Amino acid sequence: MIIVNSETLNTLDSYSKNKYKYGFVTDIDSEKPRKGLNEKIIKYISSKKNEPSWLLEWRLSSFRKWKKMKEPDWANLNFPKIDYQDIYYYSAPKGFKDKPKDLSEVDPKLIETYNKLGIPLEEQKVLAGVAVDVVFDSVSVATTYKGELEKLGIIFCSIGEAIQKHPNLIKKYLGSVIPPGDHSFSALNSAVFTDGSFVYIPKNVKCPMELSTYFRINSENTGQFERTLIIADKGSYVSYLEGCTAPKRDDNQLHAANVELIALEDAEIKYSTVQNWYPGDEEGKGGIYNFVTKRGLCAGKNSKISWTQVETGSAITWKYPSCILKGDNSIGEFYSVAITNNYQQADTGTKMTHIGKNTKSKIISKGISLGKSQNTYRGEVTFLRKSDKARNYTQCDSLLVGNQCGAHTVPYIDSKNNTAVIEHEASTSKINEDQLYYCRQRGLSHEEAVSLIVNGFCKQVLQELPMEFAVEAQKLVSISLEGSVG
Amino acid sequence: MFLEIKDLSVKIENKNILKSLNLNINKGEVHAIMGPNGSGKSTLANVLAGKEDYEILNGKIIFKDNDLFDLNIEERAQEGMFLAFQYPVEIPGVNITPFLHSAINSKRKRMNQDEIDNLSFAKLLKSKASDLGINIDMLKRSVNTGFSGGEKKRYEILQMSILNPDLAILDETDSGLDIDALKIVTDGVNKLKTKDNSFLIITHYQKLLDYIKPDYVHVMVNGSIVKSGGSEIAAEIEKDGFQKFQ
Repeated sequence: MIIVNSETLNTLDSYSKNKYKYGFVTDIDSEKPRKGLNEKIIKYISSKKNEPSWLLEWRLSSFRKWKKMKEPDWANLNFPKIDYQDIYYYSAPKGFKDKPKDLSEVDPKLIETYNKLGIPLEEQKVLAGVAVDVVFDSVSVATTYKGELEKLGIIFCSIGEAIQKHPNLIKKYLGSVIPPGDHSFSALNSAVFTDGSFVYIPKNVKCPMELSTYFRINSENTGQFERTLIIADKGSYVSYLEGCTAPKRDDNQLHAANVELIALEDAEIKYSTVQNWYPGDEEGKGGIYNFVTKRGLCAGKNSKISWTQVETGSAITWKYPSCILKGDNSIGEFYSVAITNNYQQADTGTKMTHIGKNTKSKIISKGISLGKSQNTYRGEVTFLRKSDKARNYTQCDSLLVGNQCGAHTVPYIDSKNNTAVIEHEASTSKINEDQLYYCRQRGLSHEEAVSLIVNGFCKQVLQELPMEFAVEAQKLVSISLEGSVG
Repeated sequence: MFLEIKDLSVKIENKNILKSLNLNINKGEVHAIMGPNGSGKSTLANVLAGKEDYEILNGKIIFKDNDLFDLNIEERAQEGMFLAFQYPVEIPGVNITPFLHSAINSKRKRMNQDEIDNLSFAKLLKSKASDLGINIDMLKRSVNTGFSGGEKKRYEILQMSILNPDLAILDETDSGLDIDALKIVTDGVNKLKTKDNSFLIITHYQKLLDYIKPDYVHVMVNGSIVKSGGSEIAAEIEKDGFQKFQ
């Protein structure tokens, strides 16, 4: 599918000696119960978080469901069996009893960690117009701009805090879009989730700034099971972004998050992800196993949920941000760039379920495979019986660089309504030698040329990111290709 | 000597294309190479630019005191060599502004000059574009993507005028152009011409040479230059074709 000459291969080879610049470890004592998954650890987590008894019961019943379930095995992924008893399910910086009230109470080592990651926690240094919630292993360590948001009635806090302060919203919506028994990873997450973010936007409020969560796994052999819940009430709007990194380690680490979005009538949620978990080294050793369930419910009429993801990290990515288009005229969108290099494997895509009338969905997926990686787009578009005049547009493009990687496209379409309009386009573009020659003849280096062409290939998706992050994402794309630009 | 091609023989896929070719170009000169299809004209352009598909069997090329074969494609470009392509390739999603901005800065870097900032570059690009009658809206599009043949050629000339090369090679730039487009393209070349830069114009037809006056015309047949002289040769070819040179 692609023409390569020896120079291209050499350049690619040097790309594969990828340097992951977020791979450092913060030397901080953490408090961990023993490894292993059992009712005791679930009770421990629940009591650490001072949870009401109904939630503990919810966790325990999820755990019982999980025990009876098997991992989904239909993905195009190859990895050794996960030993759930060899994982720490809770890790918090020592002495971290309550979330610090302000930054002066936060361990300076943590602040330094985030400065190193380019996420300064001091508000005056934070990107203007972006509020950040920061999650370190199992706990949220800081949330910025909280006061300003509160004035508008917007709730932006860690899910742990929301459980204490807004139990009614939690009780009503937690697990309402992703039921614990949906599959084994959702059951696992429901049983042991630790922290994550909670957002509530009141009626007719347009959130004036980007909300953002930054996830960091630091401790060894620790799983991160975050839970995020975003509710946009009638007529409201919010744009939310998450970023993730982890230290370089030889062992694989498990990350199994659940993210639920609910958009009521006329509300819009824009959810963007820049996923840069440690991908493992060039031999395929180490890296994060990223099994994530993200699902949005367009509950009300004219509501809209839009997922944008830039997936460059993780040894394994298993992720299908989905939309349930229940309200009439509701819209679901999925924009994705997935880059795999070395031995990375990604099986990612989306599910669009059309229930209401005149519902629309749009899927733009760009997969780029390098090295010995495997990159699969998997999508399912379903039109239920009453989804009159629903439409879907799907475009899947793959870019293969080198001849040892693989790109796969697996689209499922299921229509029970004959007024549905379905469009599907797929292409395998290629970085061809003519494009490289052209760029180099203008004076660009081979590396610059590849990065320019790949960024051009992804542009349709990258331009969907909030402006503050589009530039970062572009850089990240270049880094995933070559190592240490910028 | 500015450009010296000495006894150059080149093959591709077991086929000898250039055979003991000699050509000298001085600063400030305009040379035209004419020849029938398949005579090796485009091969010469690509060998000069550094395209890697060719096998150099023999010969030497000196460009601005450098052994050209010591430089890779981008180094040659940064040294001031520009090739206006016969078929400019489309690069979807890559906007011309950052593309050319990176290009000019990589050249300036090699010349130990300061980089041009965004604003100054945008101004430069706009003014050059309007000189060439290129609509500003076209600058918002991706490199060559969805362009007509004429638009692509004008874009090549725009890039040339931004990068301001010492040696510009125009590979059949006139092919596929109507008279209006041809005028815009040749005007651009004439504006750019100084006593310090040189042009190598490759063409099949004489028409282009009505607008750009070459100092020398060479006839290329079967991979060698068989005749060199002034613009009277172009008139001869116009009249009798390449037959008598073969």
